[in-house]
Amino acid sequence: MADRIPLAVKISRSQEGAVTLAPSGDIGYHEAPTLQQAVREAFDGKARRVVIDLSGVPYMATPGLAALVQALQISKRDRVPLVLCGLSERVRAVFEIAKLHSVFTIVADPGAAMST
Amino acid sequence: MSDTPDLRIDLVSNPCYLCAVREFMVGVTRALGFPETPGSQVALAVDEALTNIMKHGYERRLDGPISVRVYPLAQTDTQVGIRIVIEDEARQVDPAAIRGRDLADIRPGGLGVHIIRETMDEAVYERREARGMRLTLVKRVAPGVRNNCCCEG
Repeated sequence: MADRIPLAVKISRSQEGAVTLAPSGDIGYHEAPTLQQAVREAFDGKARRVVIDLSGVPYMATPGLAALVQALQISKRDRVPLVLCGLSERVRAVFEIAKLHSVFTIVADPGAAMST
Repeated sequence: MSDTPDLRIDLVSNPCYLCAVREFMVGVTRALGFPETPGSQVALAVDEALTNIMKHGYERRLDGPISVRVYPLAQTDTQVGIRIVIEDEARQVDPAAIRGRDLADIRPGGLGVHIIRETMDEAVYERREARGMRLTLVKRVAPGVRNNCCCEG
């Protein structure tokens, strides 16, 4: 069986309590569980804001969207704001087909994500 | 119409191969003269179809056989096209029951079929004669800028 190559997800925390996830690579069915795990780590009970920077994601299929919808559900449950940023045109198009672009808070870049 | 495909991939239902199939489909659509955006939509639709087979058809088994066959459609000055036939040997379902979730119901999952139908001109599910399912996808677009690797139809 072929080796599993997980998605790389960089996690950083600011002094103000913002947690930023920065996945790097395509997110399809094979990679989505790694993003789900990172989302669970981000909502650790201490986070005051979670930002998911998708600027390093050239491709996203619906398993990636599902992981982000799960993040949104946790965000609402824990009352911790979730902000997405850095969407490429190609990734944004998938959000729009699924009619999810208006469900998330989506801004241009991590700087805007911190001030939204 | 000949049933011999121009290209064919046989794979097992291991998600680690999805990335390779996506890249294959991007390369094939480029060779057929598709512009970048509709070419990537074809790759997305095939990726979603394979994901559904692996997740629901084979219920996450890693060794189920899947074939992806590619048939270019006749080219004209104003149109290029592709027909893709995806077959599996997974459990059979009623084609009429294959549909995505209501998009107003915001929850994880259930989006793959919706993406396939939105990105392709045709998406037809059938039960195969013996076992498994067949999905036939068709997309036609205005050709993009010709490049050196374009196939003549």
